[in-house]
Amino acid sequence: MPDPILTLSNITKRFGSLVANDDISLRLHAGEVLALLGENGAGKSTLVSILFGHYVADAGRIEVFGKPLRTGDPKAALAAGIGMVHQHSTLADNLSVLDNVMMGSESLWRPFTRKRAARTTLAGVAQRFGLVVDPDGRVGNLSVGERQRVEILKALYRGARILILDEPTAVLTPQESEALFEVLAQMVAKGLSIIFISHKLAEVLRVSHRIAVLRGGRLVAEAGASQTTEGQLAQWMVGHAVAMPHRRPAQSVGDPVCVIREASTAIAREQLVNVSLTLNAGEIVAIAGVSGNGQVALAECLSGTRVAVSGSVELLGHAMSTQPARLVELGVARIPEDRHGVGIIGDLPVWENAVSERLRSKAFSHWSWVRRAKSRAYAQRVTAVFDVRGAGLAAPASALSGGNMQKLILGRALLHPDSQASKTVTPRLIVAHQPTWGLDIGAVAYVQQQLIAARDAGAAVLLISDDLDEVLMLGDRVAVMHAGRLSPARKTQDWSREAIGLAMAGGTETGAGDSSRETQTAGP
Amino acid sequence: MSELLDIVINQSFWIAVLRIATPLLLGTLGVLLCERAGILNLGIEGIMVAGAFTGWLAVYAGAPLWLGVVAAALTGAVFGLLHAGLTVGLALSQHVSGLGVTLLASALSYYGYRVSFPKVSTPPTIVPFAEMDWIGLPILAHQTSLTLFALLLVPLIAYALYRTPVGLAVRMVGENPHAAEGQGVSVMAVRTGAIVAGSALMGVAGSFLTLSAFNAFFFNMVNGRGWICVALVVFASWRPGKALLGALLFAFFDALQLRLQQSSFAVMPYQVYLMLPYVLSIVALVLVARRASYPQALMKPYRKGER
Amino acid sequence: MRLERREVASGAALILAPIGAVGFTLLVSSLLVLWAGAAVGETYGLLLRGGFGSVFAVSETLTRAIPLMLTGLAATVAFKARLYNIGAEGQLYAGALAAIAVGGLHGGTGFDLPPPVLFVLMMLGAAVAGALLLLGPALMKLKLGVDEVVTTLLLNFIVLLAVSLMLDGPMKDPTAMGWPQSVALVGDLELSKLIPQTRVHTGLLWAVSLAAGLWALLKYTVPGFDIRAAGANARAAAFAGVPVTRTVVIVALLSGALAGLAGAIEVAGRTGYVTLDMSPGYGYAGIVIAMLAALHPLGVIAASVFVAGVLVGADSMSRVIGVPTYIADVIVAASLISVLVATMLTQYRIRFG
Repeated sequence: MPDPILTLSNITKRFGSLVANDDISLRLHAGEVLALLGENGAGKSTLVSILFGHYVADAGRIEVFGKPLRTGDPKAALAAGIGMVHQHSTLADNLSVLDNVMMGSESLWRPFTRKRAARTTLAGVAQRFGLVVDPDGRVGNLSVGERQRVEILKALYRGARILILDEPTAVLTPQESEALFEVLAQMVAKGLSIIFISHKLAEVLRVSHRIAVLRGGRLVAEAGASQTTEGQLAQWMVGHAVAMPHRRPAQSVGDPVCVIREASTAIAREQLVNVSLTLNAGEIVAIAGVSGNGQVALAECLSGTRVAVSGSVELLGHAMSTQPARLVELGVARIPEDRHGVGIIGDLPVWENAVSERLRSKAFSHWSWVRRAKSRAYAQRVTAVFDVRGAGLAAPASALSGGNMQKLILGRALLHPDSQASKTVTPRLIVAHQPTWGLDIGAVAYVQQQLIAARDAGAAVLLISDDLDEVLMLGDRVAVMHAGRLSPARKTQDWSREAIGLAMAGGTETGAGDSSRETQTAGP
Repeated sequence: MSELLDIVINQSFWIAVLRIATPLLLGTLGVLLCERAGILNLGIEGIMVAGAFTGWLAVYAGAPLWLGVVAAALTGAVFGLLHAGLTVGLALSQHVSGLGVTLLASALSYYGYRVSFPKVSTPPTIVPFAEMDWIGLPILAHQTSLTLFALLLVPLIAYALYRTPVGLAVRMVGENPHAAEGQGVSVMAVRTGAIVAGSALMGVAGSFLTLSAFNAFFFNMVNGRGWICVALVVFASWRPGKALLGALLFAFFDALQLRLQQSSFAVMPYQVYLMLPYVLSIVALVLVARRASYPQALMKPYRKGER
Repeated sequence: MRLERREVASGAALILAPIGAVGFTLLVSSLLVLWAGAAVGETYGLLLRGGFGSVFAVSETLTRAIPLMLTGLAATVAFKARLYNIGAEGQLYAGALAAIAVGGLHGGTGFDLPPPVLFVLMMLGAAVAGALLLLGPALMKLKLGVDEVVTTLLLNFIVLLAVSLMLDGPMKDPTAMGWPQSVALVGDLELSKLIPQTRVHTGLLWAVSLAAGLWALLKYTVPGFDIRAAGANARAAAFAGVPVTRTVVIVALLSGALAGLAGAIEVAGRTGYVTLDMSPGYGYAGIVIAMLAALHPLGVIAASVFVAGVLVGADSMSRVIGVPTYIADVIVAASLISVLVATMLTQYRIRFG
């Protein structure tokens, strides 16, 4: 092995009492793809944030190309040839691609920008790596894939020799992911090195040469990609063997609970275009697709927070109510995609969040006067049954970790106040949008088991997920969403991965349904 | 109708328009700089008071007029630094911090005035800026050099915002601070710089009142002009050129209502005419509200390393 | 430099922060007192005595605290729902005008109604006037996305001109010898004095009851939850079934009504008529009070007494040693800023690098 171009030695970082990185040492060589694998909260993002200068480590050293790296300054990292593609978008929508790429590349006090030179350089870089975008396009008008290309170009434009990609495939279709992997291969062939962060086992094995596994802030294992297996990696990631729920098809499918006919919504950030779908009792219908193609609109239509402007949405034979409180009383359990922004109200206490959806019912208020004792008792049951830990009932809900927050949302949705140990009242319809996103493997299994159990007890379940594995494992039927349109829902075994991937990109694979043929944008 | 026409074709009317527009233009450009960087600065009302006071005080104490303007700019910069410390450094509510700065700046100015002149009944005066007879242009010749300065600032700020790296940085931190941080640009430094510069302009806007429009400092002389600037920035869609247009349009109506009060149109009580500028500001806000594209990070506190 | 959220509020910070806040405020005001050439200790002594040192001083402070309490409550409920109502000053004047419109001596005895009925009508009129004045900006915010801060601020100037117009015209007191002052309130409608020989009136009981009522509303009722939820996270509130738009409208009406009542109670309890300078910025001071009270309705009572004490004390001190009364505004502004910073530092720590 040649000398490493990047060496991290004994990196330690604490946030209060949490040790995010505990004495981590790593090396990266030229022309190598190193994967950082680990669950949410394992310390991957913290580690690369230290490398890139967003954070300063409490202890440890970093050397790049044989020279120590000045810490705590992204400028120093950029100058040393480190580029980073962040997990969240770091582009300004209202500015052009060129402006976004040029940002920070010139001394701030130059009297004018050298746009022409920048344009030439950018065109050169783009051509060299096969990443073509219009430099004058407004970033807000670009697709998700194009935006990611701009993010990568930003790093390459600054002359990055080491590229960090933080969960780059989270928002891509399988085909787009493949295209990204090709680009990465080209870069490696030209001598660049890549740190690839992911929690997806198959993907990590597919792209990387070497894999470093983090767990609880520690580096627990390092292995060559060819010398390990998915099972081994999963074991390292979690620390113990995890019994994942097995695919278990629906036993008895009942009557329709919710029927959507030709529904369209007004153009907002996302819209629905002539969507039809029937959800039956005792069945999970899974919706695959890349985020931003109308999934939010679909979930909101069934959650009482958006109305269809044409077509119809029926619940239990009646027109869909637009009052969330009424829906909850009718037995709709809602799990929104954005748990921080929509699911809970972080500044309010845990108990108020537990009861918020049902506060208007007779059980929890009387003449607008909140029945605090009953509310707290219910909240207590939700947190006990669904094992919500980390904050007391009176603490603000923002104190909960992501996983516990999700358990609270799941608990209040699934646990009917009338349920007793002897009798459980099951929801009629469950609308679960990305219910396992960002959770650790144990919590994922828990949430998935809850959904299966509710289905077996007779609930109709709509599962909307980015994660194709989850869709294929849980769905009894699968439909694919693209540009606001929904393919017909077909039995899971009738779909191939490739067919779903194609439909996710708006492709016209035969049989994927007429509605996916036209390409209409769902708005930025 | 012909009387209305008489008013509008009179050169003295347009001289008044440009004079009224000057402090509004300076203030609006100041707010624009802050908001382009993502920070609402409701300190403007108080900063204008403070600028009016310190600028005037410096000249009264014997400094040349231009030094008075510099003093006003420095005063604005200091209060801008305070606002930046509160909103950028500590990520406090921009609304509340701005109101606090306004309160503090005006209270300090009035206090300072009373301490300096405990027993005066008529405000002491200075010799204000002279008109620019040398310039040889019809309306501009009757303005002072502060007006020329304000007008020159429009292309200058437009150039800086759209054609220089620092302007790009200012726009970027107002659109997506995470992007700027990820490209090695300090959000805190850029935002602080923009607020300090913008607040300095607000200070100069105040000094125009005491060093050019009038020749003395008196209480309530800013009288809501700062708030009007905050409205004008929205009207101007955060563009320097449109800020000039907005300030002129507003000044046009303000000058018109002053003339109408004295004309045969004055059938209504004078208060109705005085209300006009404030009503117009609200109307302007309503008109552009639907298509206003705010800087996307405006009023969103940024904490480094937090999402 | 960056901010890092504390997991548990640090004990040291909880003790040091208020001390620091008081210390900073005292430092700023002491420097100003020195500038004015007065002795610092003597100035503070006089200020304290003037605000709290005698029955008379306390009664004056409480009198001043009444409108402040009400505008403070107006700001509290609005800010809780994140409706930035900076227009309490205008709403106060609108309420005062409405009170005179209902209960003023318009060339005679006003309406021919029994005083208790007229009193209720007067208060109602003031509340409605204030509420309607804030309804416009609230609807413009909800329907058109117009920032309510600027519209409410601008409305203050419009209302003050409208008051001036009324005092020149329809409501002019013909006996005031050209002084811009409204006709007087019918004597029967005036609030009785709480302590004989002083100016403090039963408006204090109104203000304190309203504070208690608002506290109970926010803490124990569904609408109270709606207000807190809509302010804390409007999207999540809507998802949970809170009628967010309706809640913001209700908050606007409530906040405007409280500020309007401040005007009516000031007329009925203290002045007896409307003048253009009846409020030395009570509406703006209400915002400061709400923030000093950390948006807690019961805290508003304490904060308004504090601010009123500083204002009254400064008046009295200024008459003795000539330090300008504006020192009071400086103290209030400096304490607002230092309390905000202190609160922030109990929740976050500053880390460098």
